[in-house]
Amino acid sequence: MSTVILLLLTGVGLGALYFLVASGLSLIYGLMHVLNFAHGAFLTLGGLLGWEVGRRVGDGTWTGLVASMITGLIVGALFAVVTELLFIRRLYNRHIEQVLVTVGLGLAAVALFEGIWGTDPIITNKVPWLRQTTTVLGARIPNHIWLLIVVAGLVLLAIVAFLRYTRYGLIIRAGVENRTMVTALGIDVRTSFTLVFAIGGAAAGLGGVLASVYYGNVSAHQGTSMLIYAFIVTVIGGLGSLTGAAVASVLVAVLQQLANFYLGGTGDLIIVLALAGVLLVRPSGLMGRKLA
Amino acid sequence: MITSQRITYAVFAVLVTVAALLPKLNLNIPGVLPGPTYTPGTQQVLAYAFLIAALALSYHLVFGLAGMLSFGHAMFFGAGAYGLAIILKRLLPAELPSGVALLIAVAFTFVLAFVVALGVGALALRVTGITFAMVTLACAQAMNVLVRRNTGGLTGGEEGVSITSAMVPSALIGVRNSVNLYWIALAILVIVYLATVWVESSRVGHVAAAARENELRVRVIGLRPYTVRLFVFTAAGVLAAIAGMGMVLLQSGTTPRVTSADFTLTLLVIVVLGGVGFRWGAIVGGLVYTLLDKRLSDLASSSLIESLPSVLRVPLSEPVFILGMIFVLIVMFLPGGIAGVADRLRRGAPAGSSLEEAGEANADTVLAEPEESTHEHQ
Repeated sequence: MSTVILLLLTGVGLGALYFLVASGLSLIYGLMHVLNFAHGAFLTLGGLLGWEVGRRVGDGTWTGLVASMITGLIVGALFAVVTELLFIRRLYNRHIEQVLVTVGLGLAAVALFEGIWGTDPIITNKVPWLRQTTTVLGARIPNHIWLLIVVAGLVLLAIVAFLRYTRYGLIIRAGVENRTMVTALGIDVRTSFTLVFAIGGAAAGLGGVLASVYYGNVSAHQGTSMLIYAFIVTVIGGLGSLTGAAVASVLVAVLQQLANFYLGGTGDLIIVLALAGVLLVRPSGLMGRKLA
Repeated sequence: MITSQRITYAVFAVLVTVAALLPKLNLNIPGVLPGPTYTPGTQQVLAYAFLIAALALSYHLVFGLAGMLSFGHAMFFGAGAYGLAIILKRLLPAELPSGVALLIAVAFTFVLAFVVALGVGALALRVTGITFAMVTLACAQAMNVLVRRNTGGLTGGEEGVSITSAMVPSALIGVRNSVNLYWIALAILVIVYLATVWVESSRVGHVAAAARENELRVRVIGLRPYTVRLFVFTAAGVLAAIAGMGMVLLQSGTTPRVTSADFTLTLLVIVVLGGVGFRWGAIVGGLVYTLLDKRLSDLASSSLIESLPSVLRVPLSEPVFILGMIFVLIVMFLPGGIAGVADRLRRGAPAGSSLEEAGEANADTVLAEPEESTHEHQ
């Protein structure tokens, strides 16, 4: 019993991480029809710079961690906004080229990070409390899982509140629904494009810092491996659906943990099969409406 | 029309002959090749470039001809490489003469690649557009995971499978015989090229191109895009596997890298660099990319770069960074790639005026179709 609880809770924790990446991907795809292959680079840079700032402010302390989280947020958002303004915007409505540009950016950025920080993972220093465990119903849960769940929950609430209660949120929701109509009503959706990129990038940058807490290291490749899971999550949840991304993140991560433990480490394979299954039965994903 | 076709044949024959004679010549292009063309090192590099070009050519069938954005093409290259290496090393009895063993292994790998490509294609082609891209990415990822996990003790995990000299004929072993490997690689490139020409000029190829431009019209005529696409997808998969088999012979084995998502993305970079929709663009892209990659790696360790301040040194010593940025610039400012620019120059049109033609037109339609249907549903 305690094993199941441990697996479920660590699954939710990992799902929280996936959600931070997938939420941005899903929003960006929903509004702009761009599958952003550079999203992993946002995460990696957030994680790396967050670690650089965090260890200078206070290595292994709460202040240091908060400093790295804020850095991750800002760095991710800035990187994303620059990407959107410099590259994506110029290729307006040419979806395939936009995807290609993000592919190139992703490859180039990871190579650059390798050049600066090296190819090996760098072990990070954790806050002492995060290294301990809490016992829940007999299961010893690592404390960093709580941090992941709480932060991802806050991010979800913040994005939902933004989308529901602000004017820009309204435009974004309408744009996901039917962009042509929004443009026809005389609203400049391009500001929302930048905004969506900023939100997605900030979430991914924050995800980078949290990934370094979860894995205990930062590396130039963290984003790339995370990105593939995030793609799977996004597609299973339904491209463009934030709720779908949230539900699918948790489902995928829990499934992965369970399969890794009970089926001899086949977690990666199981979620890929799950993706193929979902796509064949329901090509639009669990909560997606559009897409033929 | 006939004369221009004859010229094409003549150019093709001359190019192949020159390429075949290169190892016997003392040609040296400083800055492009690592040494004179008769040296084994240069032949290795060129053979590698030929195989990558053949792979890019097979991807051209999927992406350029049929307009299917597949993120899983490296899977078939990997299937060819791993299939050949595994059958040679683990499944065939060691007593067989090496030549016979190689032929049997090649035949079985052929069948294996055909089955894998047909299976994946049949599954993935049930969806279109970006979903198709994701399904192929997922399949490739599944294969990557299988290979890395050393499934059944066959794939050798992270180390891959290496074949030893006992398994292949002695004419393909050693530095002295690298010229034979060079010719094999060239032969593979020529075979893949001819097969590509055949597929493209066949009725199936025409229907595939038509379905790329407008699927609805093809359906209205009464043709089934699914079957046609499946044919092209499978053919391209088998051709990629042939290139993969050549790579095993050239590098005496294979590593999991050839099944990774990064490798497929590199392939995409190569095809776009050369020019989407141009057959020879894929070849030029493959050659240019490989040679640039090798040269930039050498440049990275040169003393010139070492002496630069770190702001310049770090980016310049990462070949992938430079290639990635070149790729981004090409996508943004030269949509036809190398072949597109050359084509425009040949037609005498001022640069940038014929954006509608060739690569640009091809690339745009790839995702246009699912988007249209999206709007219909609203």
